[in-house]
Amino acid sequence: MKIGITARGNNLDSEVDPRFGRCEYFIIVDPDTLEFEVIENFSMEAASGAGVQSGQLVATKGVEAVLTGNIGPNAFQVLQAAGIKVITGVSGKVEEAIEKYKRGEFKPVESSNVDSKFGISEKGMGG
Amino acid sequence: MIVSVASGKGGTGKTTVAVSLALSISEEEVQFLDCDVEEPNASIFLKPQIEEALPVSIPVPRIDQEKCNFCGKCAEVCAYHALAVLPGKVLVFPHLCHGCGGCSLLCPQGAITEVGREIGTMEIGRSGDIEFIQGRLNVGEAMPTPLIRAVREEAKKRRNPAAVTVIDASPGTSCSVVEAVKGSDFCILVTEPTPFGLNDLILAVEVLRKLGIPFGVVINRSGMGNDKVDFYCQENNIPILLRIPFDREIAVLYSQGIPIVQGKKEYMERFRGMMDHVKELSRA
Repeated sequence: MKIGITARGNNLDSEVDPRFGRCEYFIIVDPDTLEFEVIENFSMEAASGAGVQSGQLVATKGVEAVLTGNIGPNAFQVLQAAGIKVITGVSGKVEEAIEKYKRGEFKPVESSNVDSKFGISEKGMGG
Repeated sequence: MIVSVASGKGGTGKTTVAVSLALSISEEEVQFLDCDVEEPNASIFLKPQIEEALPVSIPVPRIDQEKCNFCGKCAEVCAYHALAVLPGKVLVFPHLCHGCGGCSLLCPQGAITEVGREIGTMEIGRSGDIEFIQGRLNVGEAMPTPLIRAVREEAKKRRNPAAVTVIDASPGTSCSVVEAVKGSDFCILVTEPTPFGLNDLILAVEVLRKLGIPFGVVINRSGMGNDKVDFYCQENNIPILLRIPFDREIAVLYSQGIPIVQGKKEYMERFRGMMDHVKELSRA
């Protein structure tokens, strides 16, 4: 089973991106084999609907869970409709996040934790 | 003739100028459109009798799940990402939809119909001899342009070609401003002689040049700030149509909802003179 992680860079050594819809990369990884696929997120620059588009993109990759820093309402709705677990508040390196996920340290959330457009604010951009 | 009033910077006095202009020429047939639909306030000064209020909707997609084969074409063509196609499911995000109709047009299965989603109200009435139309966007709506378009279309339908239409636009240089001013014969840009006023005036000038609309400038609160707006206008051959001084009496009138031309009669002539100037410039 694969999981999707938002990342600032294109490998497992990258930092987890605190934004979902407007993250820089999605890393789709098998937590057991650590085989991964990198998807550059072209929704990053979208004026609106970044969360919807990113949600749909991740959903087509057949992941069971998404690990990210923050998620807005539209993206959450897409992932929820696709039956994908959403884990927010994740930070640090991607490979550490994978380890924590395997150890069962994360709990899926029941709702979005930020408003629409969070990823365009200064806070969301990581300063 | 259609005269729009725009500004770049907010709070420079668009409504003040638009209202007084309309009142000063009310011997002619005048239509007044408040196209600042996110915060229409000309009615505070013109005090119109509203006779009709019509809901304004935009078309948003409704998916027939029986016909849909989840091919994803609709999400692919939607520039605003208002649709998400998942295996066996399509989600619609009506608040992101701009109502362009692309999805229903291009759906290979014919599975999309359009249903109206109300975004605001158009109010039609009269203020004395002036025909008054304003748009009022519902709170929380992000998309003013379809409502502005509806106001403009309604005005066009009702308009006697000899009438003067005065349009109060929203501040800024975004789509709403373009929608409000496009097709006008002349645009009056209201600014103030401050660095912010000048900065945003320059942006508004760029928009009007792109749209090919002749324009001139009204300097409101003249006497405060500096003379850089004057220099800019001079350098760029932009006519200064009127100066309204930075005057406590005018501010008091404004706070009481009294148009300048009613509170200070000498302005009646000044605004009328400005209109004559505008007519000349729009013909040139």
